[in-house]
Amino acid sequence: MSESVVDFDVIAKILQKHKNDPSKIIPILQDVQKEFRYLPKDALLYIATTLNIPPSKVYGVATFFSHFTLEPKGKNIIKICDGTACHVKKSGDIIKALKKRFLLKDKKVTSDDGFITVETVSCLGACGLAPVIVLNDEVHGDMTLDKVMKLMDDLEA
Amino acid sequence: MCINREELVKLKQEMDETFSSFKKRVVLCGGTGCMSNGGDKVYDEFLKVLAEEGLDVTVDLKKEDKGKDLSIAKSGCQGFCQMGSLVTVLPDEILYTKVQAADVKEIVKESIKSDGVIDRLLYLDPRSEKKCKGVKEIPFYAKQHRLLLKTCGRIAAESLNEYILNGGYLMAAKAVLEMTDEEICRDITESGIRGRGGGGFSTGLKWDLARKEPRVKKYIICNGDEGDPGAFMDRSVMEGNPHGVLEGMMIAAQAIGADEGCVYVRTEYPLAVERMNKAIVQAEELGVLGNNIFGSGKNFKVWVMEGAGAFVCGEETALMASVEGKRGMPMPKPPFPAEHGLFGSPTVINNVETLATIPVIMAMGSSEYNKIGTKNAAGTKTFAITGHVANTGLIEVPFGTTISEIISDIAGGVIDKDGKINNDAFKAVQIGGPSGGCLTKSEWDLPVDFDSLKSVGAMVGSGGLVVMNDTTCMVSIADFFMKFTQDESCGKCTPCREGTKQMKSMLEDIREGNATPETLETLKDLGKNVQLASLCALGKTAPNPVLSTMKNFKEEYDAHVNLQTCPVGECEDLIEYDILGETCIGCTVCARKCPVDAISGEVKKIHEIDQDKCIKCGVCFDVCKFDAVKRG
Repeated sequence: MSESVVDFDVIAKILQKHKNDPSKIIPILQDVQKEFRYLPKDALLYIATTLNIPPSKVYGVATFFSHFTLEPKGKNIIKICDGTACHVKKSGDIIKALKKRFLLKDKKVTSDDGFITVETVSCLGACGLAPVIVLNDEVHGDMTLDKVMKLMDDLEA
Repeated sequence: MCINREELVKLKQEMDETFSSFKKRVVLCGGTGCMSNGGDKVYDEFLKVLAEEGLDVTVDLKKEDKGKDLSIAKSGCQGFCQMGSLVTVLPDEILYTKVQAADVKEIVKESIKSDGVIDRLLYLDPRSEKKCKGVKEIPFYAKQHRLLLKTCGRIAAESLNEYILNGGYLMAAKAVLEMTDEEICRDITESGIRGRGGGGFSTGLKWDLARKEPRVKKYIICNGDEGDPGAFMDRSVMEGNPHGVLEGMMIAAQAIGADEGCVYVRTEYPLAVERMNKAIVQAEELGVLGNNIFGSGKNFKVWVMEGAGAFVCGEETALMASVEGKRGMPMPKPPFPAEHGLFGSPTVINNVETLATIPVIMAMGSSEYNKIGTKNAAGTKTFAITGHVANTGLIEVPFGTTISEIISDIAGGVIDKDGKINNDAFKAVQIGGPSGGCLTKSEWDLPVDFDSLKSVGAMVGSGGLVVMNDTTCMVSIADFFMKFTQDESCGKCTPCREGTKQMKSMLEDIREGNATPETLETLKDLGKNVQLASLCALGKTAPNPVLSTMKNFKEEYDAHVNLQTCPVGECEDLIEYDILGETCIGCTVCARKCPVDAISGEVKKIHEIDQDKCIKCGVCFDVCKFDAVKRG
């Protein structure tokens, strides 16, 4: 995949907001990811250089936390909660069905055409509505396979 | 700019006067459950209808609002998530359930403009078949003891004035102005409160350790990294009563001599992050946070740190590492954070629920608080109850309440595979998330507290209760938790990194039919070793779900291993779905319902399942009315 052009001015502003403080690396990466929807490699290098810390450290933090992603995400993002409550209400079947539908496997979470990213999250804290999915930031509760597939049909239409 | 106590008391009086001038008050539950059940639309509809009816309404309490007709508030989670969205009308104490936007006109007409009750929107208790008017009559609420959650469900979550109306920040003022650090520690120790985050260490003693450290710079951290799947108590408290959390932090800061605090919230809780941030700004503007608080010459500032999705950061040393901008890996203890914590300074880390309870304890008095609960576990505990129960939601009960009271009386009983209430379908309850264990029918009458749960191999943990009925495969549940802890293992120490991986792969063998009786023995041995040798609580507790299910559901493990079958049909490699040619009438229902189009066949002809496409979800099995789908 070709590296997208990164606007360093944007990152510089984020770094200034956090006073170029290396202990604020997590909030910095969060802000950068909010901006680009993922963490471009060039951005990580730029941050390391500016803060005068080894790139390995920035990379280490970026890869430790599951919230950060080094790959661009799809146009649509669907998060399926697989917390305990959702799990016992069969969220696993929803995950399997979605992966099958969009031809995804194990670590591959974004479809080839960039249409969708299918993520599982450990708990969204909306256990009362289990099983829960979040489609593009909108929470849908009490899901069934039927309802999910209908949502996907609408999304693709 | 700081506010002094007299000004705070005066502000409270003004709010009291304003508030008591309203004829009615409407409280909508603003928790995630209710909001995604149409609650936001209900709120908007209320504003629209009230305006149309010419009623003067206050949405954000301030003293200029005196004499208006009513106030409306969006509160934090009220707990009764199953019945959302919830609308309470005060002072009549009516609770309307499952309210939709279309019902709003009628509510305004009947219950706000006059004093009527709309019968059809009341909760129908399925046991007594009676309509319940308010929380006092609804068994879900009537059997609880809501100390902490009371405020959460009653005040507008984003209104500082409503918090002050309820006596907010007066306890912080008392701690700052009237009490010495030693007195606060003693008071909290005497209340008997133990940390609500899992460990159950005495909060007062923890504070006292940090208090005695002769350092100038100290920190207080509020741990809102509630990562246990199936737990959402802390989220609800931060979303519903953010000022309560801040006030608890202020008191803790006074007790140990800290001037800086950090609220660590997991990133999966955007609303909690937003509300905590907003509350900090409001408290700074009013002058209860900042420099020279209550004119005492002491300073306290708070910032919010958003986590980045690592379960291990709930562990205090890992949490501090991530606040410092490092990979969130735990450190050996000692030194404990109370001596050597954030940036090397003495630090107290308390859970959200613990901190938010502190002002409540001070307001009621520590000896009164100590009378609630059991001898070794004082007070109340919130639990998130989910899974196969009639009423999922957020509850608060005194320690010592039994499992049966929680599941049967409060949560309304177990739901069986047909969706009916049937306690006979109860199989297990997982308590304490991935660190906890499964309790079974034999623990049905066990009183819940720190020690009783420990004695049966479980733990209070943060307080997630997941009830499972007899359609749940316990091997699969153990595998599920193992996958979780294995994913979340930070990789620092070998027993946890490698041990959880091997345990996971043995569980997979069992579920795939590749295990021998020796696998079970090895799994048990390894589990015990991981418990003993891991560095932090994540690893030490990771084997709990496996060991407790192995102990309590031995026959189920044996069936997987010896008979190569999954008794409830969940482990897909041990089952296959087939259509019985002689019974299938070709109604096409299964083919239409199959989410992956694995079933083919023409109308009135025998259907067939393509095993390569089948994901074994069992939908065909469930929808077939002619028992023509065989699972085996």
